[in-house]
Amino acid sequence: MSSTLVELEHISKSYGSKLIIDDLSLTIHENEFVTLLGPSGCGKTTTLRIIGGFEMPDSGRVLFEGRDITNTPPNHRNLNTVFQKYALFPNMTIAENIAFGLRISKKSKQYIDDKIKYALKLVNMEDFADRSVDSISGGQQQRVAIARAIVNEPKLLLLDEPLGALDLKLRQEMQYELIRLKNELGITFIYVTHDQEEALTMSDTVVVMNQGYIQQMGTPESIYNEPENAFVAAFIGDSNIIPGFMVQDKLVDILGVRFDCVDSGFGTNTPVDVVIRPEDVILGKPGEGRMDGRVTHIIFKGVHYEMEVMAGGFEWLVQSTVGHPVGEEVSISVDPFNIQIMNKPASEDEEAIKLDE
Amino acid sequence: MKKHSVLKKVYMAVIILFLYAPILTLMVLSFNEGRTMGKWTGFSLHWYEDMFADEDIMDALKNTVIIALVSAVVSTVIGTLFCLALPRLNSKMRSVFLALNNIPLLNADIVTGLSLMLMFVAFGITLSMGTVILAHITFCIPYVVLSVRPKVRQLGMTHYEAALDLGATPWVAFFKVVLPELRSGIFSGFLMAFTMSVDDFIVTHFTRGAGINTLSTMIYGQVRIGIRPTVYALSTIVFVVVFILLIASNVISGKSATVKARRKAES
Amino acid sequence: MNKRSFTAPYIIWIIGGTLIPLAMMFYYGLTDESGTWTLQNILAIFEPGNLRALWKSLLYSAACTVVCLLLSYPIALILRNVKRAKGVIVFIFLLPMWVNFLLRTMAWQVLLEKGGVINGILSWIGLPKARLINTPGAIIMGMVYDFLPFMLLPINNVLSKVPNSLTEAAYDLGASKAQVITKVLLPLSVPGIVSGITMVFVPALTTFVISNMLGGGKILLIGNIIEQEFTVGDNWNLGAGLSIVMMIFILVSMAFIAKFDKKGEGLA
Repeated sequence: MSSTLVELEHISKSYGSKLIIDDLSLTIHENEFVTLLGPSGCGKTTTLRIIGGFEMPDSGRVLFEGRDITNTPPNHRNLNTVFQKYALFPNMTIAENIAFGLRISKKSKQYIDDKIKYALKLVNMEDFADRSVDSISGGQQQRVAIARAIVNEPKLLLLDEPLGALDLKLRQEMQYELIRLKNELGITFIYVTHDQEEALTMSDTVVVMNQGYIQQMGTPESIYNEPENAFVAAFIGDSNIIPGFMVQDKLVDILGVRFDCVDSGFGTNTPVDVVIRPEDVILGKPGEGRMDGRVTHIIFKGVHYEMEVMAGGFEWLVQSTVGHPVGEEVSISVDPFNIQIMNKPASEDEEAIKLDE
Repeated sequence: MKKHSVLKKVYMAVIILFLYAPILTLMVLSFNEGRTMGKWTGFSLHWYEDMFADEDIMDALKNTVIIALVSAVVSTVIGTLFCLALPRLNSKMRSVFLALNNIPLLNADIVTGLSLMLMFVAFGITLSMGTVILAHITFCIPYVVLSVRPKVRQLGMTHYEAALDLGATPWVAFFKVVLPELRSGIFSGFLMAFTMSVDDFIVTHFTRGAGINTLSTMIYGQVRIGIRPTVYALSTIVFVVVFILLIASNVISGKSATVKARRKAES
Repeated sequence: MNKRSFTAPYIIWIIGGTLIPLAMMFYYGLTDESGTWTLQNILAIFEPGNLRALWKSLLYSAACTVVCLLLSYPIALILRNVKRAKGVIVFIFLLPMWVNFLLRTMAWQVLLEKGGVINGILSWIGLPKARLINTPGAIIMGMVYDFLPFMLLPINNVLSKVPNSLTEAAYDLGASKAQVITKVLLPLSVPGIVSGITMVFVPALTTFVISNMLGGGKILLIGNIIEQEFTVGDNWNLGAGLSIVMMIFILVSMAFIAKFDKKGEGLA
């Protein structure tokens, strides 16, 4: 990994009596695409605003290239923000919006003109320089907001749910654009979203947050395949979260049936939560799998069928390209490496997280 | 940072002092024994007794309230009806009417008052309390329109049509669906009209008949002969009543706002 | 419901209460006592006394407008950033507006009078009495006092609607606090400023009450001249003619408002 750009050290923040961020520490490397992912109210936007300088943490420090910038106002930070609702200045044209930061820092007219051209080209908006802000669509405003931020050549770009107001198709297009931009510009992105798909698609690193804590941090693959707790598992994609206990290393008891698994180190006869992704549940003829059950629901989703199977007193969510009609007897089996074992929530706080969902 | 916020507080305090010093002075002087303005000669309530015994003041007070009530009610009805009909007009007519609506709003009171007086006189209408009320209705209507119209626009036709669709007669739909939704706008329009009427001096001054005084014209009349402290007592009472009414209406509307917010959150 | 006939009472009132009276004003202003058409009532504005009164009115109302703007804008800026109990603080600033206009002006008379409260305090602490009332300063101050809320209200309305994200974006792009005000907030609050200017300038220009009460009848503004023509002087045609001249200035400021405040943000 390349060198460290931003460090958050033990950041806490509350509004009144409501604790928003609780002792959060996070390191972000240069040229990384980091996404803060979580439900609304999880503290992700506040974290971003603390990095941007719009909020002061109650305690803790923010380091930028090793320098403490906790008390530096936003206008003296070498970073720029793309705001949730774009925040374009309605009294200025597109070009004037983009020139704003450059004019503040007293760049030459020639330099500014070149930069405007370059930035508009970068976001595919060459012909819009003299248009007014309210004459362009939401997606176009978004591009201008990005152009306005990047012309200042910041080391770090903060993006606060920038695609939240766009429709699905445009959002997907912009996701690819953003990845392309980041690669072309070679700057660090910190991206806030509540959309797990967006996070998994775009990021190098995903930071899953809830209730002011970091729940898990890692590559999109590791977050999806190896959720560390029930919150992450439930928040990222669909999953079956089933209470069980570890009989011994590599053997777990689920609903009274023993399954081989690959996890160890949980001790013997320890209560755990078991996560099984719906696409990892294999349906077969009765008696052929680990346990038998009956299909209770089925819907066709296009790529696959989604079924609910009642087995062992638990309603399993199953995705398969082969559909089974409602009422059919089936068996369930799971490959050992698709069984993810998680510790039971240790504190009531974590329990609360689960209820929240 | 800190220094700035102190500066801000001092600035706000100075402005608030500027706004309230005169009013508070009147209040204090209303309890002054003597009638000299610059000197405190002892506490007394006798100006209040005198005030309630003063027929001129009581008469002016009564006139003020009657004029304000009648013109507020009439202008609220006319203004609300107009706002309800507005969506049915074509856009050209609408913009003409709304431009006309701005005339009394932006015109100088002295012009409004004088032109009304000229008309009354030209048509041989004797100036009386009636002409004052007619004049007040004229300048109150625009305020009603200003506060009801946004509510009508917000409401649109869908609520009304939904009610009809569910089997309500037009009248039921109007009273059960449309009117309740407009209530806050109509109420604030009424309140605004009432306040404007009470506060008015200039239009009243030119359109009133001989011997008819409102509080404003009575005070103006006293300016030349010297204001008696009974008027200070009166202004104290007016201020206290206004203060209580405003607090009460803010509490009520604040409450309904929270109820509304809660309803929205639940839906 | 929503019948077009609902507009009838309104139309009647607009015609009877606004249009006909204004027509009467023009008729009187453009005729003499015998009813023949003439421009002399309009041209009377060029008589030295009237011209001086108009000039004074313009001067005082301009001064009042500038002072109101300079006082209000910082308040509106401060109010923008108030988070707790903002409604209460705005309420405090607007409350005096609900006290009768005449009472408020009278209160200043009581304060400024020769034997009034301020002079009472001055002599109590051993300072010489000052001549406060019946000066241009007293009139302008009375105007400021009476009309300040008309400036504060529209500016506050417009400024409080500017989303925080805009000022944050400006900071984020390197603007200092002063630059955020001059480059973002000020341009965006132009509609509010323009309505504020009109709403203060028109009543200040046309007042006769304030100049009468705080100027002691010695300082004549155009409003005083017109009022006197109608009450004391009894030359209604002349009064109407001067009113028409005054209306020209009102129309100019209405055109001003229409140009800058297209969406009516300031008035609402």
